[in-house]
Amino acid sequence: MLADLFTGSVLIGLLASGIRLATPYLYAAIGETFGQRSGVLNLGVDGIMLMGAFSAFYVVFKTGDLVGGVLLAMLVGLLMGLAMAFISVTLNAEQGISGIGVYLFGLGMSDLLFQKLINNVQTVSGFPVAPIPFLSDIPIVGQIFFTHNVLVYGAYLLVPIAWFVLNKTTLGLKIKAVGENPEAADTLGVSVAKIRYLTVTIGGLLSGVAGASLSIALLNVFQFNLTNGLGFIAIALVYFGGWRPTWVLMGSLIFSFVNALQIWVQVVGIPIPSDIAVMTPYILTIVVLVISAQRVRPPSALTKAYERLE
Amino acid sequence: MRISWSSIFDALLPLIATLTALAVGAVMLVLLGANPLVAYGALIEGAFGSFNAVADTIVKATPLLLVGIGICIAFRAGVINIGGEGQMILGGLSSIALGLAFPNVPGIIMIPVALLVGFIAGGLWGGIPGYLKARFNVNEILSTIMLNVIAIQLMNLLLRGPLIQPNQKGAAAIPQTARLAVEYDLPRLIPTRLHLGALIAIILAVAVYFFLWRTTIGYRIRAVGLNASASRYAGIKVERYIVLSLMLSGAFSGLAGAIQVYGVNHFMITDGTAASFTGSAGFNGIVAALFGQLHPIGAIPASFLFGALLVGANKLQRVVQVPAALITALNGLVVVFVVSSEIWRRKNARKRAIRELEEKLANVAHNSSPEGGDKDAG
Repeated sequence: MLADLFTGSVLIGLLASGIRLATPYLYAAIGETFGQRSGVLNLGVDGIMLMGAFSAFYVVFKTGDLVGGVLLAMLVGLLMGLAMAFISVTLNAEQGISGIGVYLFGLGMSDLLFQKLINNVQTVSGFPVAPIPFLSDIPIVGQIFFTHNVLVYGAYLLVPIAWFVLNKTTLGLKIKAVGENPEAADTLGVSVAKIRYLTVTIGGLLSGVAGASLSIALLNVFQFNLTNGLGFIAIALVYFGGWRPTWVLMGSLIFSFVNALQIWVQVVGIPIPSDIAVMTPYILTIVVLVISAQRVRPPSALTKAYERLE
Repeated sequence: MRISWSSIFDALLPLIATLTALAVGAVMLVLLGANPLVAYGALIEGAFGSFNAVADTIVKATPLLLVGIGICIAFRAGVINIGGEGQMILGGLSSIALGLAFPNVPGIIMIPVALLVGFIAGGLWGGIPGYLKARFNVNEILSTIMLNVIAIQLMNLLLRGPLIQPNQKGAAAIPQTARLAVEYDLPRLIPTRLHLGALIAIILAVAVYFFLWRTTIGYRIRAVGLNASASRYAGIKVERYIVLSLMLSGAFSGLAGAIQVYGVNHFMITDGTAASFTGSAGFNGIVAALFGQLHPIGAIPASFLFGALLVGANKLQRVVQVPAALITALNGLVVVFVVSSEIWRRKNARKRAIRELEEKLANVAHNSSPEGGDKDAG
């Protein structure tokens, strides 16, 4: 019976939705990779995503302007990233706890705005599928990889860009130096604060886009706690990826394929309790955290505030 | 020891941080078209306006205090427990399963046993991230967050399955348990909703203070938190104390869950989220603990304050039509402001240390002979 359900077209559909579902994880996790590489753990990602998701949804709900939605989500994400940078870099606050504060703020604020400005669950028409000419015509491969919306393509484009910036540019070198040995970087004339401000703000901006990708490209709705902890999983994926964009991509794909499979299992009604199906990716994440903690070492200065001795 | 202005300022920092958050809240209220004075007036009246309101505030503060004293233990050991929500759920589930399985035991036996079971279940659930951190160096922030989601799904699974109220059947079944036997209700302290759990929480807060500051184990927990490598050098088995502190932290959250079941709800129901059971006490307990400066005694008034905010939020919502979610957002700001204000405490501490050093040096120079008081002492 299982073989009947698991036909070729189902498999293609599963893989395609796995590719699509990885989108928010990629934006958030790649953004967080920059921050963590420079030594800042931003635990507020989920809250920033929620604010980004709401802002984008609101613009599209009111005006239908998809690009405007993404731009507002970027702006909101940027501002919240800037706030997080101020908290963790200028005020040297404990990063783990202040991030939870930012999360709670985003969780409450997005719900407040949602209740005040929209009030009931609505749908919008989000980003339409934009098949890439020629490539999408390739059988199977085209359906899996090249028949998605613009935000999906953007997420995958981000991976080589992040890889290039981190590994092939002076900026990347500075980011890594600041995350490994801020004292030495400072001695060499690299401004620890400037670099960290930059990476955390970029991370915030990308978290905003991650939220937008949920509310106006994948799910096309907004409701209380839309992300449901997705931002925290993105942070776990950064650990899993060993702070390298390519491995973060691998982690995001594994996670979203498991999720796609889990959803499919529920849709076709395979008798596994849905609760267990939903639980599986989270158990997997813990297993993955155990494995990755053995494999790679975090940036030495991660979560450590840098206080310059005057 | 004289009391300096800067040390008074230190003690008031959390209060200043909260007032700042409320000021930001006032701006938000204005932007939302509500009069902040009316809104905060409604909040205060909702929390303290009547005998029942005060009782409700204390009832709401109880899980915050229990989670909060657990948070004090974990944070003092240098580990961050974000898993209060999941640990509360485990405490609630295990204690209600026991009470439903044995409905005919005298309450005087069942209640303490059930609370103990909740305590242990929360402790075991908190022990998982502790063990993963100690043995595999897994970041406890992430593992506790994952375990929260797993606990929610476990709750949904059990409330839909084995624990479901027997007469709930078919597709329309509401995922809820039967009510516990009435003899198992935690005794009421006065004729309001105020129950024995509040008293238990306060006694435990005092007990945890003695545990952390007056016992060897407590001393070691704090030593590990202050400087893990120095503690290791001094022969303290750091890993063991990391596991222990996360277990204890989880245990108090588990107890909070059990007390929520036996003292307030008397049954469990799920809408698929943690907050429907915990009221987000697993997160807000962190806020209360931080506000109490990670001191179990300080957590008592802090929990009361945040209990009041939560109870008052409902009244605020009714009176000025601003969603109670505002309070969640403000709690987030309180956390950010309290943690950020630490920078002034550190600056003050540094200034005080320098001043004390200068005074000591001045005394040394004054008391010693001219040839002994040379300038290279600094």
